[in-house]
Amino acid sequence: MNNQEIISISELTKYIKVTLENDSILKNVTVRGELSNFYRHSSGHLYFTLKDRESQIKCVMFRSAARLVKFTPENGMNLILIGGIGIYPDRGEYQLYARNLEPDGIGALHLAFEQLKKRLQAEGLFDQGQKKQIPKLPRKIGVITSPTGAAIRDIISVIKRRFPHVEILIVPSQVQGDDAPQSLAQALHQIQQEDGIDVVIIGRGGGSIEDLWAFNEEVVARAIHACQIPIISAVGHETDFTIADFVADLRAPTPSAAAELAVANFSELSRYLTSVERRLHQSLTGRVEKLGERLEKLQKRRIFQKPEEVFLKSWQKVDDLERRLHRTMTSQIRLTKEKCRTYFKQLESLSPLNVLIRGYSLTETLSGEVVKSVDDVKIGDMINIRVHDGKLNAVIEETRKDGESL
Amino acid sequence: MMEELKFEEALEKLEIIVDELEKGDITLDEALKHYEEGVRLSRFCAGKLGEVESRIEMIIKEGNEIKKIPFKGLEEVE
Repeated sequence: MNNQEIISISELTKYIKVTLENDSILKNVTVRGELSNFYRHSSGHLYFTLKDRESQIKCVMFRSAARLVKFTPENGMNLILIGGIGIYPDRGEYQLYARNLEPDGIGALHLAFEQLKKRLQAEGLFDQGQKKQIPKLPRKIGVITSPTGAAIRDIISVIKRRFPHVEILIVPSQVQGDDAPQSLAQALHQIQQEDGIDVVIIGRGGGSIEDLWAFNEEVVARAIHACQIPIISAVGHETDFTIADFVADLRAPTPSAAAELAVANFSELSRYLTSVERRLHQSLTGRVEKLGERLEKLQKRRIFQKPEEVFLKSWQKVDDLERRLHRTMTSQIRLTKEKCRTYFKQLESLSPLNVLIRGYSLTETLSGEVVKSVDDVKIGDMINIRVHDGKLNAVIEETRKDGESL
Repeated sequence: MMEELKFEEALEKLEIIVDELEKGDITLDEALKHYEEGVRLSRFCAGKLGEVESRIEMIIKEGNEIKKIPFKGLEEVE
């Protein structure tokens, strides 16, 4: 043993600690390395290792600093860390105490944005099928934004210009800074307590990505998604896309545009309504006119114009038939009369009186029976002989039958 | 029933009625009924358009109390 002073482990460790932690270079280093063994403790502190091909170093990031890391570190990521070397005496280990952590190559916010977007998309928060319809004629519009910003001014002036008959309820909120996400989420909750809000505009005017960052926070995205009222997002300028825009039911490129999307144009809508009304009237009057024309055409038909003409034919026919009947009857009668006359003549010619005129005579017994045979009488019988102009009384003197000799 | 109807629904119904009337393949009786309904709807819509009075309010918190105050910000800005 030489006479060198013997010191304790603690003393040595303390010496190393003071030496290293006061080194002007080690106090403030920026290093690049690949992340491994990443572990987020429930306390909020981050524990991990940064390494390259040859070396590795243990790192720790306390909650206060970790809170500001927007992206989610993943093993294998190339990171740039700003921090200082420190000693953990309990284990005699040196490690890097990170104050800031950023992805290597792209910005931390950009990465955080992409990560959250991917995650929420996978969860279905952006699904078109979930989007609520923006009402055509809202009566009450909720606006969540800063009451002193440019956005509220733009929104109000557009609404007043386009559609004055509407109520606007402003729920003030911080729109940038660390408290903004929570403030926005609260405002979204608050506005749902109100009755009769038809649509909500949430947003702010333009700014840097950091200024707009609150609208990329998960808590805001989830609050928008959970909101029962249709939401129009209006964050920054046309080129700014935030997570809030993806979750909202409708994205407006600017606050003014959001106001235009929220309220219909009063005069346009009135005009449209008037045109529909005109169509309504025209369709009915057109209908009635057409039917009227049809009726008129029918009324012009001959049956209605000169109904007697239509019956004339029938009447004529009846008259005609009657006349024919008449004629037929008369001629029938005449014919019959003539026939009768002929019969009479014939009858006349057949009358025995006529025969008598021609010199024939009729012989009757006294009892009036016509003598037709020799046998009808005997000698001495009295007979009457009828000639055409009178009677002769005679007595039978002799009878002789044909063929008998006297 | 009309009271519960929303403007959009009324306008949509009105559009359907006009379309049907314009197609013209319904009886005159039906057309008249449609027309009456259409006139009612169109009056309803026109009424809705001007129904709401313009008002701008802002929610503020005073302690635990939530109040609504008229919003003056716009005039101040202008």
